[in-house]
Amino acid sequence: MKFPLSWLREHLETTATVTELTDTLTRIGLELEGVADRGAALAPFRIAHVVEAVQHPNADRLRACKVDAGDGKLVSVVCGAPNARTGMKAVFAPPGSFIPGTGVTLKVGEIRGVQSAGMLLSMREMGLGEDHDGIVDLPADAPVGEAYADWAKLSDPVIDISVTPNRGDALSVRGVARDLAAAGFGTLKPWAAPAVPAVFSSAVRWDIQHPACPWILGRTVRGVKNGPSPQWLADRLTAIGLRPINALVDITNFFTFDLGRPLHVFDADKIAGGILTLRAGAGETFLALNNKEYTVAAEDCVIADASGVQSLAGVIGGAASGCEADTTTVFLECALFDPIRVALTGRRHQIVSDARQRFERGIDPALLPDAVEAAAQMIIDLCGGEASDVVSAGAEPAWQRTATLRFERLAGLGGLDVPQDEAVASLQALGFGVVARDAASVTVSVPSWRNDIAAATELDPGPGLDPARAAAAAKGRDAVEAEADLVEEVLRLKGLDAVPPVSLTVAGPVPQATLTPRQTRAALARRTLAAQGLTECVSFSFMAMAQAALFAPTDPALTLSNPIAADLDQLRPTPVASLALAAARNAARGFADVALCEVGAAFRGITPEAQPLVAAGVRAGSTPRNWLAPARGVDAMDAKADCLAVLAALGVPMEALSITADAPGFYHPGQSGTVRQGPKTVLATFGALHPRVLSGLDITGPVVACEVYLDAIPEPKRRRKGVPDLPAFMPLRRDFAFLVDTSVTAEAVLRAARGAERTLIAGVALFDAYQGDKVEAGKKSLAVEVTFQPRERTLTDAEIEAASAKVAAAVEKATGGRLR
Amino acid sequence: MTDDLLALKHQTEAALAAAADLRAWDAIRVGVLGKSGSLTALLKELGKVAPDQRRERGAALNQLKDALAEAIEARRVALDAAALEARLASERMDVTLPPRPAQPGLIHPISRTMEEMAAIFGAMGFAVAEGPDIESDWHNFGALNIPAHHPARADHDTFYLPPAVPGAAPPVLRTHTSPVQARAMLERGLPFRVVAPGRTYRADHDATHSPMFHQIEGLALGRDITLGHLKGCLIDFLRTFFGISNLPVRFRSSYFPFTEPSMEVDIGWNRKTGELGGGGDWLEILGSGMVHPKVLANCGIDPSVWQGFAFGMGVERVTMLKHGIPDLRPFYDSDIRWLRHYGFNPLASAMLHEGV
Repeated sequence: MKFPLSWLREHLETTATVTELTDTLTRIGLELEGVADRGAALAPFRIAHVVEAVQHPNADRLRACKVDAGDGKLVSVVCGAPNARTGMKAVFAPPGSFIPGTGVTLKVGEIRGVQSAGMLLSMREMGLGEDHDGIVDLPADAPVGEAYADWAKLSDPVIDISVTPNRGDALSVRGVARDLAAAGFGTLKPWAAPAVPAVFSSAVRWDIQHPACPWILGRTVRGVKNGPSPQWLADRLTAIGLRPINALVDITNFFTFDLGRPLHVFDADKIAGGILTLRAGAGETFLALNNKEYTVAAEDCVIADASGVQSLAGVIGGAASGCEADTTTVFLECALFDPIRVALTGRRHQIVSDARQRFERGIDPALLPDAVEAAAQMIIDLCGGEASDVVSAGAEPAWQRTATLRFERLAGLGGLDVPQDEAVASLQALGFGVVARDAASVTVSVPSWRNDIAAATELDPGPGLDPARAAAAAKGRDAVEAEADLVEEVLRLKGLDAVPPVSLTVAGPVPQATLTPRQTRAALARRTLAAQGLTECVSFSFMAMAQAALFAPTDPALTLSNPIAADLDQLRPTPVASLALAAARNAARGFADVALCEVGAAFRGITPEAQPLVAAGVRAGSTPRNWLAPARGVDAMDAKADCLAVLAALGVPMEALSITADAPGFYHPGQSGTVRQGPKTVLATFGALHPRVLSGLDITGPVVACEVYLDAIPEPKRRRKGVPDLPAFMPLRRDFAFLVDTSVTAEAVLRAARGAERTLIAGVALFDAYQGDKVEAGKKSLAVEVTFQPRERTLTDAEIEAASAKVAAAVEKATGGRLR
Repeated sequence: MTDDLLALKHQTEAALAAAADLRAWDAIRVGVLGKSGSLTALLKELGKVAPDQRRERGAALNQLKDALAEAIEARRVALDAAALEARLASERMDVTLPPRPAQPGLIHPISRTMEEMAAIFGAMGFAVAEGPDIESDWHNFGALNIPAHHPARADHDTFYLPPAVPGAAPPVLRTHTSPVQARAMLERGLPFRVVAPGRTYRADHDATHSPMFHQIEGLALGRDITLGHLKGCLIDFLRTFFGISNLPVRFRSSYFPFTEPSMEVDIGWNRKTGELGGGGDWLEILGSGMVHPKVLANCGIDPSVWQGFAFGMGVERVTMLKHGIPDLRPFYDSDIRWLRHYGFNPLASAMLHEGV
């Protein structure tokens, strides 16, 4: 909210500087957004006397002027304004000054042979408006030599604060003044409404037929002459960024900001039928004061006359019954509306108005009668006329309530032992009244304007909460909520910097583990992938639906209802999709060879379980070119190595894993696999991306990827390791090359070989795979190295032969493979 | 030594000196000391020498044999050394050639910051808690005292998903990490302290706002935790995290629906240089407060018995400040050049004993 310092001083008697005031506002929760000092840019401009203005000797459209800017010296100024004339008072800019409207710094110059040592300014040149028909023509009594900004009251800093949603009362200059006074920076000036005599009976009446309006007042003023507001009012509204419209409308805007009391004025002659009814909308369309049409629904509370909807209650008035320059009879509306309904109506119609902002935060329910008097008085003062009686409907709601503060809670909750008298004085300065006080506590009445204190609001207990637990919690809340409100008020005025910081104590000298095993898995997976050479990314969880569809059928439940951009509308089915897009972006920048990883959620549904954590990796392009190791395209085995590295790091028993060729559809069906532990648990997938995915993402490839499902990995068993197997005898290694059908998997051969002689065979490793001219069609050669580990004694040649024969037999039995 | 022995000595020495390699050297060795070598022949003939000269001749021969054996061995060592020299010279490589490539991977700055946060808050007795990105309306708003009509909702720029059944409150992408507070309160035994780092979403996209970003939530509940503890905890964290032991920290009254009293926290910095610490300017860095009694009650905790504090902090914000990263948007762009510039060594994880 904005207000000029002079307006604040109408309510606050203070000697504090602007900085003291703004620092205090920030400290007590009315955070300063900025201070605009319009006078600063106008500082060099002075009121000047145009002693002489004659036709320029060499130019038809220019005038040669002699100007006195207060120092008695005559300055020659060439001026192009048609209204420059001898004897006028104008605004003079000396050489060296910066002209805000043109962005030029003035220099002494010569225009067609006549010296020009300065400039006479228009409003537009001063940045004060659009008026550029001529130079500013000041009244004859304007004091020559005085700074224009001071004379025009523009050197009045405008303070802008952000008001938090709980502080409807601070959306008024008086509310801000009250807080500053309570914080010790001045005295709140008394304010009392005048009493405006009622000379006739209002022809317009209220009828409430909607629960959104508990109480509404109105008053007719007849015989008014509407027109432009006086300068002081227009200046105030201009200073806070409002456009003066006409006196009647400006008066309502004045009270909105002065007292936080939105008002509305109807042109009484345009009200049909004499009764304004507060009722539910019925699908009618009406033109609002912002020149937009709105169709009101049953959830909206409207103000209607016999001809239809005239206003959206608490949000915006209608154009049809608004006050214009020719209005002679005005009907003033001063209402109380339900904050929630105003908020919902405002949001539904997407109308942000000063009235809505205040009604939805709650306004002072006790202020209505006084506001009607004050507004009627100002209407009569500015527009003349006489007032009717006050008409009303509904009744003042029972807003009175009390709150109790146990003094020990200031330290017990707030951490600061504020002296009791000081705490009570703070509350009183804010308008709380002491109802009762003893050594341990004080009970105060809550001022009518503080809707946020000790407010009766509903709890929203968690679904499925145990009723007994919920009831105990609700009881506790009733006992302490209002007290917390009061602790906050006292601390706010005292300043939170006064609260001494206390370091947390820990239960023991050494902290417990901070991460759960699941969190540790994620951290370890991230580090392992990075150590594998993949660089970690953090990418958006959403992407374009068409691109998401390349990876999995898109679920409409995971399509954002209000995406911020068309290419960010679908939650990603796997982080691989994000990484593949990242690889494509990098390729487009000239970096086709990248290795990227991400640990993040895959989205399969809206429940927590359907958002599993996935460690994903993507490699694109080729390995680096090097004189020792030639570059090669990345392949599925790179991705397999990445995911196996993660699984090994996470303590998965690697010998128990099996690989099946049934990876998700975004992979190349012939170059991808699924890593399983047991028949059901899928731990990881890997492979080359499907060519359709590559062309869909516009990447040339190759691109390979892997995903590790971190939530599927069982907790590693924390048991102690057994004694290590350290035989005293040298192991023996023998190579076997098997000719098998091309359909036989390496895993089948390795598994068979390993099982041939369990006690003797310590390891089996595949070191060559060949398919081509040198073997018959339909066959391939798989070469494995088998490690025999003797335990009792060195093996004899015969024993080695026997064991080798068992290996060959076992492989042949399992796969049909024959030794080459 | 007689002339013939002397001649043999000189002759052998000259031959050894001329031997260029081990093959020539071996021929000399065999020619002198071998079975039919010249010196061996002389020794065999010793028996034929007159007895009165035999002793003298024998001594001279033995002396010559020792001298030649020594000379031959010395030559072998010299030839070995020369051969090794030659081999080493032939095996010389250009050691300025690049080694086999090993492109290291790196950790994203956001992950790094979240690790550091876990380490620091861990030392203060906090555990890390988690919650899903897609949240129910109740977890994200209702539990936290933000009912449907609340003005604060408008500030949240919430992303919505289609409601599960028509008319039901639609699921949301969590707008803050605060829903983890609700989950922790419902699930954990009291007292407890948790921090919850994670992804958050708001429908806002410009130079300083991203539709996805990260926050860390803190929640400490006990019987006697006060606002003083909140201040102490945050000051301890901020000074450790930024590595500035006297970092100015300022606390201002504010409002959040889920805390009371509420405060915003500023740190001292220099607006012109961006340096933290001195400079006289203040930079808002996080929001915090004592947990609102309604929030505790909504989550089944009796606020007349239990109380505590909560805070929420932007992860990107503090990361940018700590490392002088000027722009928010590249965090999510996965530009390999940016990642290589700002990424962290995966083997140097954040550990207090190594310094965060």
